[in-house]
Amino acid sequence: MVKKEVLVREEILGSNKRIASEIRSRLEAGGVLTVNLLSSPGAGKTSLLERLADVLKPNHPMAVIEGDIETDRDAERIRRKGIPAWQITTGGACHLEAKMIARLLPEIPADIKFLFIENVGNLVCPASYDLGESLRCVLLSLPEGDDKPKKYPKAFATADCLIFTKADLMPHLPFDLRRAEKEALEVNPKLRVFLTSAVRGGGIAELARYFIERRVNMLQRRHA
Amino acid sequence: MHELSLIASLFEILQEKAEEQKARKVVLVKLRVGKMAGVVPEFLRTAFDLYKDGTVAREAVLEIEEVPLRVRCRACHAVTEKEDFVFVCPACGSTDLETLEGMELVLEKLDLEV
Repeated sequence: MVKKEVLVREEILGSNKRIASEIRSRLEAGGVLTVNLLSSPGAGKTSLLERLADVLKPNHPMAVIEGDIETDRDAERIRRKGIPAWQITTGGACHLEAKMIARLLPEIPADIKFLFIENVGNLVCPASYDLGESLRCVLLSLPEGDDKPKKYPKAFATADCLIFTKADLMPHLPFDLRRAEKEALEVNPKLRVFLTSAVRGGGIAELARYFIERRVNMLQRRHA
Repeated sequence: MHELSLIASLFEILQEKAEEQKARKVVLVKLRVGKMAGVVPEFLRTAFDLYKDGTVAREAVLEIEEVPLRVRCRACHAVTEKEDFVFVCPACGSTDLETLEGMELVLEKLDLEV
């Protein structure tokens, strides 16, 4: 019997990362900006997508992948808007992984400009999994409280933009928007911040413009 | 709580390496886990012990090296260890920081019997 020490130095999520990179190059080469939406359950990801569809759909074809532990209710809601949507039910898993997205790629229409991936509602685990997105957004609904960026730093640290949702509830809550924004920017100074209300429609057009701009930047970067 | 799926990914790499080396068994598995890797070392241990039964690592010990979050300021080049996830340079106040370590989740080495 011989003892042997083997230096491996491999990332445990290396295979997820490799699949994610392939997805990103394929979608970006096809002119698709992919957005991964992270939030706790009930922060309003699906409602935000319904509103975004109203603004984007006429000139910017989009598709949606919904991740949930059970049911295809969210995909149904999106389809009612006339948007192609796929439901991934994880059957208990707390996050989506790149291989789940890769399996759906052949079904995604070639003419879309935006692919939104609504992750499983959870501010912890989804932050560790690259899904091949070009842009990562974290949502924080006002009723959750203004202390969340420091409590769940990784979700905020790995995002490109922060979307406050349910802004219409502001008058009824002790939510300190300045504190939440300040603490989020301490965790990640590069975050773009939006304040939205899916009920009243506030901030949705601005957010849609940001996605359109980011897609233009992506296309320019690829052709540079 | 995605530690169990991380351990499943770890075992994919581990089994491949053990086969490559024609190992009879794995006796030690060493991981490097960053403070900001988003995992709980204690849960990794529980998941590892659940998973190892009946595998080539059934008798293996899991060693976890916890790696602090260290950043370097691009403005004044000060290197600091971060306890609080506030990405502001304590020396000059700049927010242009580069993460040196503390995000990793790496299978560092395996001790095998061949």
